[in-house]
Amino acid sequence: MTATTGPTVLEPDGRAPIRDPEPARGTFVHDTLVVFRRAMRISLRNPVWSIMGLLQPVLYLSLFGPLLEPLAPALGAANAYQLFVPGLLVQLGMFGARFVGFGLIAEWRDGVIESERVTPAPRSALVLGRVLRDVLVILVQGVVLVATAFLFGLDAPLGGIALGIVSAALLGAAFASLSYAVALTLKSEDALAPLLNGIALPLLLLSGILLPITAASAPSWLNHLSDVNPLKHIVSGIRAEFAGDITSSTALWGYGLTVVLVGLGLWFGTRTFRNEDG
Amino acid sequence: MIHARGLARTYHSRRGDVDAVRGVDLDVAAGEIVGFLGPNGAGKTTTLRMLTTLLAPTRGEATVAGIDLRRNPGGVRRRIGYVAQSGSTSGAARAGEEVIDHALLYGVPRSEAAARGRELFGQLELDGLWDRKCSTLSGGQRRRLDIAMGLVHIPQLVFLDEPTTGLDPQARANLWVHVRALRDDRGSTVFLTTHYLEEADALCDRILVIDHGSIVAEGTPEELKQRVSGDAVVLTATRPNDIARLVAISGALPGAGAPTVDGTVVEVRVPAGRTLLAGLLRALDADGIELAGVELRRPTLDDVFLTLTGRSLRDGEPPDGPVDRTATSDGAAA
Repeated sequence: MTATTGPTVLEPDGRAPIRDPEPARGTFVHDTLVVFRRAMRISLRNPVWSIMGLLQPVLYLSLFGPLLEPLAPALGAANAYQLFVPGLLVQLGMFGARFVGFGLIAEWRDGVIESERVTPAPRSALVLGRVLRDVLVILVQGVVLVATAFLFGLDAPLGGIALGIVSAALLGAAFASLSYAVALTLKSEDALAPLLNGIALPLLLLSGILLPITAASAPSWLNHLSDVNPLKHIVSGIRAEFAGDITSSTALWGYGLTVVLVGLGLWFGTRTFRNEDG
Repeated sequence: MIHARGLARTYHSRRGDVDAVRGVDLDVAAGEIVGFLGPNGAGKTTTLRMLTTLLAPTRGEATVAGIDLRRNPGGVRRRIGYVAQSGSTSGAARAGEEVIDHALLYGVPRSEAAARGRELFGQLELDGLWDRKCSTLSGGQRRRLDIAMGLVHIPQLVFLDEPTTGLDPQARANLWVHVRALRDDRGSTVFLTTHYLEEADALCDRILVIDHGSIVAEGTPEELKQRVSGDAVVLTATRPNDIARLVAISGALPGAGAPTVDGTVVEVRVPAGRTLLAGLLRALDADGIELAGVELRRPTLDDVFLTLTGRSLRDGEPPDGPVDRTATSDGAAA
């Protein structure tokens, strides 16, 4: 405490609460990086989860991808993997980030969240630092996934691929934030898993990641239903990017919706960390 | 250092509102070690969570470390340290890194954070554990690590929530030494909750007793004990048919309360029991009553609690003390 905060200011009755003599530092970036580095360090020491997260899309790529090869012309693509890998990237972003909430529940149980909330660090930094770790993990996983897809015969422009991977990672940021917020609200793995699956699976099926959902390929009710799913437009956007149309309206819609989802996710996550009952 | 007026917290649940804390007034001066005593569920932790900004009060005002709790929780956070009941370190992280990261969130420069952390490890007898994974530490080590976490930014006011719950007696006594050193060596103010009476008695300059969400008494341990009417004289008769005369004689002592009988044991409360004991024994001897034992019991804080609340503090203890740290393994995920 500085001299101005000494008890003499308050005694004997404490009726004059003093103004904070040292206003909040600009700590957002600093504290975000502290939380990020801590989370990254813990993940790197135990990379099993990151490897498991990559396993699912790689299995889809190798065990399901070849089935699509003869179908590609009928779906309007020259290269089946140009159609399929964007879907897998979205799946990676969603499923990779979905379960980060489990790690957060373990941290909450260890008292870590409470001990961070009692520091002056901005609540948004506590969320964003962790989300940045998740984004970085998904970026690396996305690169590995695309590199594997090249082995299977993916053919797409590098700029589009880069944008696609970044989009997937940003989508991962949105779902990671959501996962943190829900985890900290429920505080129970048993409740978190069915809830996240209940949200993620219909969203995923309605996004056309395996087979595109179009007016031609789907019954109209299914097509209309999928149209209200932002993920469908994000997948379409990444497909456009993989086709080289990085400034087409489809791609722009994809970028826009991705950014909106990230904003919503971080807002929700920060609100939960700020919540008095967090 | 702390001034609270009418601090209250009501939880809303489907079964109606629950007043966890009904309106607490408390004052803690700089340099005091104050114990917050009460059975589980009395409102200790809720009060502590309000004072440390983790829970918004439903009603009431408080200044903590000179800062208005409601208007500037961030200012309060910068000035206090908090050692939560539930721990503070991730089992998957390494001890030293957790302490440094915690200090960094208070704006302590990294090199200083490392130096202070190592110093605290020395003081708290955690030498050699800097690079250990937290999940491999013993319960007592991890508790002391929690305390290092709460102190690394050198707060002037430290809140400890049940710091010794789940520790063995030796580790507990050890921790008391460290808590005293906080005040004696650093001049810190310490506010701690406990449901161990001997802890409050041994450690605290002043005690606040909370029950059912309100403070029911406060004072030094001695002052509180004096509120219990006197000492207990416990007489054990050799022959059961002496009991009636034992009751009559002991009950006739000046200022005595009504004696209670349990088998061959007669207990009576008298003011200043020491001065009466010699005379009592002579009177019993003259009456031919043979005693198997005589005991003079000074009031304990448990007696205080019983007098204040009508129940023993120990009734409120949970069947097992230790904090649950068992569930789920390492939390790293991506």
